[in-house]
Amino acid sequence: MDLREFLNMGGYAGFVWTSYGLTTVVLVANWLSARRVEAEQLESAQRRLSDKENRT
Amino acid sequence: MWLWIHKFGSPPHAYRLLGKLAPWFGWPALGLILLATWWGLVKAPADYQQGDAFRILYVHAPSAWMSMFTYVVMAVAAGIGLIWRIKLAHAAAAAAAPIGAAFTFLALVTGSIWGKPMWGTWWVWDARLTSELLLLFLYLGYMALRASFDDPQRADRASAVLAIVGVINVPIIHYSVVWWSTLHQAASVTKLDKPSIALPMLIPLFIMIAGFQLYFGWLICRRLRAEILRRERNASWLKEAN
Repeated sequence: MDLREFLNMGGYAGFVWTSYGLTTVVLVANWLSARRVEAEQLESAQRRLSDKENRT
Repeated sequence: MWLWIHKFGSPPHAYRLLGKLAPWFGWPALGLILLATWWGLVKAPADYQQGDAFRILYVHAPSAWMSMFTYVVMAVAAGIGLIWRIKLAHAAAAAAAPIGAAFTFLALVTGSIWGKPMWGTWWVWDARLTSELLLLFLYLGYMALRASFDDPQRADRASAVLAIVGVINVPIIHYSVVWWSTLHQAASVTKLDKPSIALPMLIPLFIMIAGFQLYFGWLICRRLRAEILRRERNASWLKEAN
């Protein structure tokens, strides 16, 4: 298949590629934010625990 | 049975189990979504009426499906938390909300982008679109309500009531295209007799939906772990957690 024809999406290129691009952005953003939130919580919980240990 | 629930419901056990489960969702999700993207964009034939614009289906319909699926998961978890006072269930409901909001946003925006070339407008206030927009507000309202409480137990109970009341919107979204005359097309896949969409177009759709489900599974594992950590911040088992 011709690459230019494929990218053109029968004249709907703007609509099709915007939809897929946006979906990719949202899926990747969700993935990264879930990982970040978990890492932050783990770090803050462990910091709090080690603080508590140092105090006693 | 109760012993099992008790064991799973214990935060350290659930935390470890979720960590072990996550990759079993994550990698297949990635594989299936990539496969379905290629299949939907390259291999599936163009629609005889909509041409290549119909390919938006493969990101729009799975997002819309997941927006409703996630809400039901959230409401059921909130209900379990409310009735049996299981904290882990409340945590699961809280973890599901941002995921559902993201899927709802995607369904609305990709629908709008699809609507422009097909209907000639980005947005109409018809029943399907309006009820889906209401779903987005339900998710956002749920998260805002949770954030407004300092006490996590009060946040759990109040937000659970909202989640359960809001679940009435899910069948409204699904049947909106039947009950009212809408610009949105009627269901093509979830019909009882037989789907009115050709098999070569249907297969990538099912693969994408399966991929999205697994992706949801991965997300809920990670976000639920974060919720458990937030709630258990003073527990000593966290020292060995990773």
